[in-house]
Amino acid sequence: MTMDRARAEAYPLRRREVVASLIGQRTDLLLVGGLGAPSNDIAAVGDRPNFMPLWGAMGGAAMIGMGLALAQPSKRVLVITGDGEMLMGMGALATIAVKAPGNLSIVVLDNERYGETGGQTTHTSARVDLCGVAEACGIRVVGKVVTAAELEAAKPAILEFAGPCFHVIKVKAEQEEMILPPKDGHYLRDRFRTAVLGAEAAKL
Amino acid sequence: MAEATPWQREIYRVLKAYDVKQVAYVPDAGHAGLIDLCAADNRMKTVVLSTEEEGVAMLAGAWLGGERGVLLMQSSGVGNCINMLSLPRTCGLPLLMLVTMRGEWKEFNPWQIPMGQGTAPVLQQSGSLVFRIDDAKDTADVVDGACRMVFEGCAIGAVQIGQRVIGAKSFGR
Repeated sequence: MTMDRARAEAYPLRRREVVASLIGQRTDLLLVGGLGAPSNDIAAVGDRPNFMPLWGAMGGAAMIGMGLALAQPSKRVLVITGDGEMLMGMGALATIAVKAPGNLSIVVLDNERYGETGGQTTHTSARVDLCGVAEACGIRVVGKVVTAAELEAAKPAILEFAGPCFHVIKVKAEQEEMILPPKDGHYLRDRFRTAVLGAEAAKL
Repeated sequence: MAEATPWQREIYRVLKAYDVKQVAYVPDAGHAGLIDLCAADNRMKTVVLSTEEEGVAMLAGAWLGGERGVLLMQSSGVGNCINMLSLPRTCGLPLLMLVTMRGEWKEFNPWQIPMGQGTAPVLQQSGSLVFRIDDAKDTADVVDGACRMVFEGCAIGAVQIGQRVIGAKSFGR
């Protein structure tokens, strides 16, 4: 099977609208953004201290979410990442399925492209089905979203259901305006820990 | 259950003293007794990994959420972690790694030697402090010193546990 380049250009959902719809004005989510376009999408919603946008650590977003979910079991942890980033750390889906933190939700914005390196097609443009991988691993809640109606229907699962939850949202392959989140790791660390831990964040 | 050796009990005691809550590991014979002690402790969360770099990412998340952790792995796993180590380094996050050594004293498997010999320089080049135990009686002192520098000095640190401590694997030879 060859890679189908045109298909992703016709997906109806647009990534920035999807992310804005998911996050809304919620300040209680602990949000990890995978490197590249997902971190920019998060910044486009409006940068907040409870956001941890990544500029590297490719393949690590879901596992950062896992450690955070275990440390903060009363908070909802949402990882928003891309298909290329998730493909690099696919073993994490097995690890997460086995430990099964109920407060962890992973969303893959799947445009079937490596957006940061020139738009080369990823494996999901051919036959690789990340929902199938997650299901086979035994992730508790798995869903695929292509239309606006499906997105509305999936929102309770993405944001509230006992997980772990894993959703692939197919999004239109397009070049968005570049809106960059902060990139100083120490700044991101301090503001995130302060948002989560309050004054305790100052203690080593 | 693997019966824990005295030096593995010492490590467990030090990890408890430093309030380590998350224990990420790839199954390993050298760490087996310690892993079982941690798994039996309901105040610790043990997580089996598919590959070691998952643990580096997980423990970054743990610290962002206010918990200390440890990554247990074999020397071969250190190579898998190289790029992910940029995460704690760039963000200034503490990371403790305990590395059981292969590919050194009395190694019989040639495939273990490259990464075993590369472990310390690779860690150093990735921004990690490197500590080492060659005599089991030094275990508590070395691990305690590493924990203090990692958790109170906010550093990346790895303790190499030498094959002289673990015992060389022989496959019955």
